Amino acid sequence: MSYYFVVVSPTDTPMFEYTFGTSKAGGSGQAHFRNGESSRYMNQFIIHAAIDVAEEVQWLSPNMWLKVIDHYAPTNSHISCFMTGTNVRFMLLHQPGGPPAAAGSRTSTLSSSSIAQNPLSPQTDEAIRQFMTEVYEVWVKTMMNPFYKIGDEIKSPAFRARVAAAGRKWL
Amino acid sequence: MAVPPSFSTAMYSSPSYSHDSRPSSSSTPSFAGAGLRLPSNRKTIYDRNLNRSRNAELSRASFAFLFMEMVTYAQKKIKSVSDFEKKLNEQGYPLGMKLLDLLLYRASPAGSSSSSSTPAARPLRILPLLTLINNKLYPLLFSRPADSLEQDTSDPSKYMIIDNTPLTNTYISIPKEMSQLSVAAFIAGIIEGLCDGAGFQCKVSAHNQGTDVWPNRTVFLVAFDEQVMERERELDRQGIK
Repeated sequence: MSYYFVVVSPTDTPMFEYTFGTSKAGGSGQAHFRNGESSRYMNQFIIHAAIDVAEEVQWLSPNMWLKVIDHYAPTNSHISCFMTGTNVRFMLLHQPGGPPAAAGSRTSTLSSSSIAQNPLSPQTDEAIRQFMTEVYEVWVKTMMNPFYKIGDEIKSPAFRARVAAAGRKWL
Repeated sequence: MAVPPSFSTAMYSSPSYSHDSRPSSSSTPSFAGAGLRLPSNRKTIYDRNLNRSRNAELSRASFAFLFMEMVTYAQKKIKSVSDFEKKLNEQGYPLGMKLLDLLLYRASPAGSSSSSSTPAARPLRILPLLTLINNKLYPLLFSRPADSLEQDTSDPSKYMIIDNTPLTNTYISIPKEMSQLSVAAFIAGIIEGLCDGAGFQCKVSAHNQGTDVWPNRTVFLVAFDEQVMERERELDRQGIK
């Protein structure tokens, strides 16, 4: 599984982005998107399109965790969204599949409900929710910085390290 | 965008350096390049707990002193009383915006320190939002809920939050020529920031309406924008609470 995580401000500017791969089941933590080099801008594009869906869904449920809200079939990408109280959105694009060479040998050992294989299983949903909740805590701490204003880019390497740790832990 | 693998380990295992030395040694590679200077105890804000400890309250004297300075600062280069109130409002606004998520974080069940708990619900309707202000924001700031919450009988988009003894007005004396001024505009700014942050665009103003018993009684008038009312009607039709 490969992930692209981005924090979007209420005015739709990206505040933080982070690309990573799964660390579970022997994953290296590196992202391997099936659309290769073009994923760098395609992922941004897909997420930007999913913001429209997030704005529709946000008034239907008071929960912060909005689950998988969008799907981009050509690259088999799923987009999950977590909405904070101040309408800052944590968007996570997840794309199943490991590194091409190793994928075949590993498929047989993994059950169909594991995080790496099935992006819509309850286990995946739960893992991403845990990841989001952990990022939310770190993000609230960022907000408590008196010099930080909502909409500013989050530059703190400590924040990045925390997000990376949460990604390794849950995804 | 890629993070070096040694990143998170270097963060906590790097040997401490005194605050005046540059982190240029090879043992602190990640943060030297990133330009982050850690405090001498090597604890960033990310290492601190977001839940309030029971006795961590600010003394009234220090608040009075600090707020007095803020009022003096806002008084510079103003043309009118409404200018003055606008400046105080702007000082409170970012505070309210930030407090919203802190309140929601703390309101989540099980103390929210474990990542398995679910964060609290976002307010979608006006009533939960006002209840949040009344029952959560006020206790956080002033250790008590607001005294009353009312809706304007003639205009459904206007709500009033009433505070009999606003802390901001307690230690500030208003000169005669500014009798219209209410320094509680600062609190109004906090409320406005919180509502705006939650997606409820509104204007909040503070009005002195002293009575014999409560000379500092202040009414915060919350006037929601037309688009918010429109959404409110639509959500009501769909039965979303």
